[in-house]
Amino acid sequence: MNEWPLWEVFIRSQHGLAHKHVGSLHAPDAEMAINHARDVYTRRNEGVSIWVVKASDIVASSPGDKEPLFEPANNKVYRHPTFFPMPKEVKNL
Amino acid sequence: MSLYAQQVDTGVTQVQTNDEMSPEERAFQARIDAGIRIEPKDWMPEAYRKTLIRQISQHAHSEIVGQLPEGNWITRAPTLKRKTILLAKVQDEAGHGLYLYGAAETLGVTRDQLYADLLSGKLKYSSIFNYPTVSWADVGAIGWLVDGAAIMNQIPLCRCSFGPYVRAMTRICKEEAFHARQGYDLMMALCRGTEAQKQMAQDALNRWWWPSLMMFGPPDSDSVHSAQSMQWKIKLFSNDELRQRFIDQTVPQAEYLGLTIPDPALRWNEECGHYDIGPIDWEEFNSILRGNGPCNRDRLRVRTQAWEDGAWFRDALTAHAEKEALRKAETEKAA
Repeated sequence: MNEWPLWEVFIRSQHGLAHKHVGSLHAPDAEMAINHARDVYTRRNEGVSIWVVKASDIVASSPGDKEPLFEPANNKVYRHPTFFPMPKEVKNL
Repeated sequence: MSLYAQQVDTGVTQVQTNDEMSPEERAFQARIDAGIRIEPKDWMPEAYRKTLIRQISQHAHSEIVGQLPEGNWITRAPTLKRKTILLAKVQDEAGHGLYLYGAAETLGVTRDQLYADLLSGKLKYSSIFNYPTVSWADVGAIGWLVDGAAIMNQIPLCRCSFGPYVRAMTRICKEEAFHARQGYDLMMALCRGTEAQKQMAQDALNRWWWPSLMMFGPPDSDSVHSAQSMQWKIKLFSNDELRQRFIDQTVPQAEYLGLTIPDPALRWNEECGHYDIGPIDWEEFNSILRGNGPCNRDRLRVRTQAWEDGAWFRDALTAHAEKEALRKAETEKAA
């Protein structure tokens, strides 16, 4: 028998927070994946909502592309508020 | 093999020096030295990958087989309260096994293969689970001592070099604290009970003390793979260091219970600020590793039977999923 597909599990821990990746599990379909995720990842009230996504459906950037992807942000210090020193006399900025 | 991270074959005979490393290996080591975690898709030396697969899966198997000694007492727990606590704990062990299998799978090994290797005896689990649980007090002793020793081993792993392992261990350590406390609570109840109940607690301590110390693995002088694992930061403290910490924290806990540690040589060493202990019987440890413990064969027999007995259920779930997928496809076609 072929192995059940791998599902990545995301849990919203409280209302108002984003779902966060917590781990993975195997299940034959989405419904069972949710059931298993409930048992494996929320035994102590860790969540109010569960997302499961088939691992094979996730598209990820590759570690080798790290430089072309993220390098451009490195030399744009002016995007941070600390780039602009404010005089002491000026308040609330 | 021993528990968790404490004795894992790294496949190397000596640690490479910086000069012997390839440029990739040097960059990898530099990253580990800088405390930057390794993630599954990053380049890693084959030996690091293989060692981690062995270490994490051995750890996962220990969690799964670790359900058996305590599962033995679920139907015989003395009260409903203790029964629900024990059920929750054993369920946690299953969960811990699953977190860890998930972490191992990120390294490119399949769940089915890992499980097949456990059942065939190719991959080991902790030697501690080859001892029987002959009395109810053993459930308390396991929580207090075995989970206590496991926590000692596992907390440093929350800072190891491999991301998925770190995340699994962080979850596990949070839940293990419950395991250790419920065990000590159970021992307290027995020690405050009748003379016979206290004697039962003492008997459990007598049987579990030395095996718990052995969980930390062989003495540092005999531990050939430690140096490489430490360089890779998948092991952060030596076996003897962790064992000593465990002894130092556990002796006063036994004193509070009014129990006696079964070691006539045990004494506080004022000079170094630690407890000295008598010699550990490593022959017993090695014999269990060779498969001659009291329960080795029984543990694998029960796991194999559970896997085989569950086959019809797994097949039914698969058949249901396939039928539903087909039905959905037909509905969409008709629409």
